[in-house]
Amino acid sequence: MNELGISLSPSGLKDIFLPQVHTLPHSSHPAKAATPRDLAAARERRQTGARRFAAALLVLCLGLLASVVLATGIGRMEVGWPTVFGVILGKLGWSAVPADRTTEVVIWGIRLSRVVLSALVGASLATAGVVFQGLLLNPLADPFTLGVSTGAALGVALLVMLGVGGSFLGLSPLPLGALAGALGAMVAVLALSRESGGRIRKESLILAGIVVSTFLSALISLIKSLDEESLSAIVFWIMGSFSGRGWIHVGFLLPYAVLGLILAFAYHRELDILALGEEQSHHLGVAVSKVRLNLLLGASLLTAGAVSVSGVIGFVGLVVPHLVRVLAGPSHGRLLVLSAFTGALILIWADVVARVLLASGQELPVGVVTALLGGPFFFYLLKSRRARGMW
Amino acid sequence: MVIRAENLDLGYGERLVLRDLNFQVKPGEFVGILGPNGSGKSTLLHALSGLLLPKRGRVIIRDEHLGRLNSRLRARIMAVVPQASEVRFPFPCLEIVLMGRYPHRQRLGSLTDEDLLWALRSMRRTTTEHLQERPVTEVSGGERQRVVIARALAQDPKILLLDEATSSLDVRKKLEIFEILKFLNETQNLTVLCAMHDLNLAALYCRRLMFIKDGGILEDGPTEEVFTPDILGQVYETPMEVIRHPGHQRPYAVMLPLTPDMQGEEELLEAARR
Repeated sequence: MNELGISLSPSGLKDIFLPQVHTLPHSSHPAKAATPRDLAAARERRQTGARRFAAALLVLCLGLLASVVLATGIGRMEVGWPTVFGVILGKLGWSAVPADRTTEVVIWGIRLSRVVLSALVGASLATAGVVFQGLLLNPLADPFTLGVSTGAALGVALLVMLGVGGSFLGLSPLPLGALAGALGAMVAVLALSRESGGRIRKESLILAGIVVSTFLSALISLIKSLDEESLSAIVFWIMGSFSGRGWIHVGFLLPYAVLGLILAFAYHRELDILALGEEQSHHLGVAVSKVRLNLLLGASLLTAGAVSVSGVIGFVGLVVPHLVRVLAGPSHGRLLVLSAFTGALILIWADVVARVLLASGQELPVGVVTALLGGPFFFYLLKSRRARGMW
Repeated sequence: MVIRAENLDLGYGERLVLRDLNFQVKPGEFVGILGPNGSGKSTLLHALSGLLLPKRGRVIIRDEHLGRLNSRLRARIMAVVPQASEVRFPFPCLEIVLMGRYPHRQRLGSLTDEDLLWALRSMRRTTTEHLQERPVTEVSGGERQRVVIARALAQDPKILLLDEATSSLDVRKKLEIFEILKFLNETQNLTVLCAMHDLNLAALYCRRLMFIKDGGILEDGPTEEVFTPDILGQVYETPMEVIRHPGHQRPYAVMLPLTPDMQGEEELLEAARR
């Protein structure tokens, strides 16, 4: 008996060779309609995954809320979390502000804004990473390795050099410069890695990313040497830091982050199908060029927004999608949501480390922290069998 | 007519692969597209599925110009099974089959029971029901190909195009897949077009054969009429004999050794020895 339950005795073989009397399953047992029980079983199996997703989401939501409060309490001026909670509730107008003016400014004006900003940047970078990896079918793709972050940083550096740094109506021109730089770098990388047949090779994509990224870094250094005055400002965007950032920057980033997240999530089903490759996606009815363009735009918006407020922060977009994929499976709807939350959590705590690690009271650039933690962790993920099975 | 090709010129870049093709396919036909390597079988299927834009001429699918057909609408009419399909992420096979429901689903609508039923029914038809939870990256080549066919069936298409879909499978798996196609062709009036290499498989299941050679259609007609030693010999430049199976009475081709050349070699060897 084989897996189909058909005996391959000599008489069975004869039946196969004489089709008018053969016994292949479809004619001897014509396909029965799926019974309500099969349907219920399949639905139940799919719901198990959905329940696990909901549980993970709940844990991440609670973790994020707790992290925001705890991270806001940590710093040179120690503040207990009840005070932090009180100030936040007070500021939101839900109770009277309990603390003195200084504590209020430190907690609300300085720390909380920074924590919220790092959460938004973490969510943006992780989501951009999911989109780039899914779209380009490349496990090494992220805003940093593709040169998109560096492109955005160059855009910002050019604007800073030209002295266009202010804001009108709460909107800064810097994210626009970053977006132009991000899209420019993206186009350059895709053009460089495209072979004559129009296919993009996995290896050449990352190579092109490194070439473009190195070239653009050199341009940034050039701008830096030409213009001593804006030097410190430009260094800030290369290293990646939340130092001195506040609510105004949250305002700069928010429209880009929201639009990018909506674009990415709107196409989560297409991202799943694109894993089958361009041709099969076409056959399944996906308008491939349009979807791809919108997704690249979404990921570029997220990257540009993040870089324009915090500079180039590596590894978040690379590591988080891999980590979440191991735990939540390949479906992009879940992957996008869970990655956004995980990215937010990770960057909040990376920034806390950057703030408090040095005893001198000086701050580390947060990009240094993410690289120090992310590098070895990514290496571990590459080596672990479970994660490799995800590609 | 379910498919009509009018004055099609097909090619890539500067290179023209097929010239001035004209043919029609009626609903419920089972057509085999045969021809030597590089003759343009895949190119033709790419054009019929809208993947390749014709250099000249047009493809009409059920009275609609293929180029103007919205991509979802196209996928509700026509499904395609490629030769081999690599999937990068370990989606469970059921999810892969459910992707076939994409053209039927609303943009943000959730999955309905009807979608799930279609997927289960298609999996039962292709005997892949037991693979529902297995990651597609971990099943065998034959199983994966059956899952891909289930996905194509879940699209509820009127036309099914297969591009050497069974070439990499063993004999038993090939027959199983063609039995499924035959069943759907006969019971649901599904139009089937398959590009293939296996002459005898084609003769066994296809009722119409289209031979492609030297940039055009060399012969096109009912299998009984065109599956002849002359035509096969001309297409494949190989001496062939066609024999009728005593049981099922379908023709099958037997290739003959390339004798004249071998004799020539023998003579040369003989001469060299002397």
